[in-house]
Amino acid sequence: MACAPATIRVPENNEMRTNKRTPLGWIWLFLLPTVILYSIYTLYPIITTVRYSFMNWSGFSLSGKFVGLDNYRELFQDDLFWNAVKNTFLYLTYAVPGRFLLSFLLALILTAKFTPAKAVFRTMIFIPVVTTGAIIGTIMTMIFDPGNGPVNLILSKLHLIDDSVFFLGNGMTALATSSIIWIWKWTGTSLIYWIASLQSIPHELYEAATIDGAGVWGKFKAITVPLLVPYGIIIFVLTLSDAMKVFDLMLTLTGGGPFFKTEVIELFIYRHAFTSSVPRVGYASTAATIFGLIFVAITLVQAIWKRRKGGR
Amino acid sequence: MTRGNRTLIKACICAFLALVSFLWIYPFLWMISASFKTTMELFQNGLKLVPQHVSFESYIRAWVKGNFGRYFFNSVFVTVWTIILVVVRCAMAGYVLALYDFRGKKAILAVLMATFLIPTGTTIIPTVEISQALGLLNTRIGVILALGGAGNVAALLLYKATFEGIPASLREAAEIDGAGFMTIFFRVMAPLAGPVTATTVILTFMGAWNNFMIPLVFTFGTPQFRTLPVGMMAFQGANETDWSGMAAAGTIALVPIVIVFIALQKYFINGIAGAVKE
Repeated sequence: MACAPATIRVPENNEMRTNKRTPLGWIWLFLLPTVILYSIYTLYPIITTVRYSFMNWSGFSLSGKFVGLDNYRELFQDDLFWNAVKNTFLYLTYAVPGRFLLSFLLALILTAKFTPAKAVFRTMIFIPVVTTGAIIGTIMTMIFDPGNGPVNLILSKLHLIDDSVFFLGNGMTALATSSIIWIWKWTGTSLIYWIASLQSIPHELYEAATIDGAGVWGKFKAITVPLLVPYGIIIFVLTLSDAMKVFDLMLTLTGGGPFFKTEVIELFIYRHAFTSSVPRVGYASTAATIFGLIFVAITLVQAIWKRRKGGR
Repeated sequence: MTRGNRTLIKACICAFLALVSFLWIYPFLWMISASFKTTMELFQNGLKLVPQHVSFESYIRAWVKGNFGRYFFNSVFVTVWTIILVVVRCAMAGYVLALYDFRGKKAILAVLMATFLIPTGTTIIPTVEISQALGLLNTRIGVILALGGAGNVAALLLYKATFEGIPASLREAAEIDGAGFMTIFFRVMAPLAGPVTATTVILTFMGAWNNFMIPLVFTFGTPQFRTLPVGMMAFQGANETDWSGMAAAGTIALVPIVIVFIALQKYFINGIAGAVKE
């Protein structure tokens, strides 16, 4: 591009215009698989979920009938729905800050000059990320088992507990324990985010600050933190949207129990749509619509924030 | 601060890191060790990581009686075809969205961005219903299409960004040589997107191998098509006290993805880090 003779008009920064004729046939042929599959498996389901949310439908009969806002009215008066909302937000307040801060701390350690064997430690912390959530859930029910699980055996050997604790079966501890397992599983992802962000800070800044006599804490406060804020917001949003999707771990760890104490919104939807003796597809779709709206809100906040950043 | 103090702090930090790392792999060590123990030894001696007698019985139990041989094959089958589907459709769509201007392009991109984060929990009910209408429920092809057809916006945008970054002169030179649309795509452009393909293959592998909700609700009626995580839940339901069997089943399910991760770590890390760098 740069060496094109000056007599030929080259549109700047816009390669598309250089194409004199647009091969429309090829273009749509290449888009076809995505357009068809995405329509069937993403667009149609989104629209249909919203449509079903206004219907009374068991899923057995051929089609349901429209009942207007009845499902919404019932949902907002359903104690178990509010219980699921409460559990989801309680879960977020345990899990998100835990993963966010722990991964930040570990990233600082893993980018420090003096730390040995960085790659090995990073790999160890990242391994749970690649593993299957539903398998982990099953294995963890054994690890946290009150009878023979290693966690109880170790804690009682250290005399930290007198009687064994049913971590995942006790209403007081089940949600917190699930959050800890989730933090364990996903800290590696945020760790990689933080390391990438930390490495984007130019070395010269630290060198200059050192010459000016700044200490470790001073450099951290004046350089690291302010430069990481934009990354931190993205990492927080990604962590938040991850923490909303805990279906596989929760179903295998607790199944929503004991007594709905760990039933998050996804499990509420699943129970009404697929495992009730009388499925209520319309009602479950109402909850699924609300669940989707939470993600729409997250997407909007993110988009607005990006635009504000771009406008500066 | 004295030199000795500083060394002490560093030592503490390293000890903390070592402790965290150990806790992070301990469940896997416990699982592998439990899988080689007999159930008897597991319940008498739960904490020792090295089994007294190495026993392979639990693997035979899981593989044959627990049907994990079949589940393993299903997982491999579903994962491989999902990867092929995602790579092909995202590379093609990303290519034309990157290089051409046409009516409807803005609308397509807007829809993709708007639905970027929509969770499976929201779309699962109609997905099952339409799959049933198309005769795809209770089939492996149905699982593959649902996994590879929905979402995957990140892969598509990654391909788009890569193709935008390839100098136009390369394509123009090929056009002057008389190469057609398909030749340019397959011979010139697609090979240049190799690194993105590697990232897409790995992230899709992770997503498909680990997916639970789709294969779960797609195989309620056909247990023979269960994938590993779905099979694991069924195995636990039927053999709740067979801990060494469950540990062996878990090892069978997790070893492949951990090996792939350790071998191709660079691509995993780059793929994940890309989410923040954008």
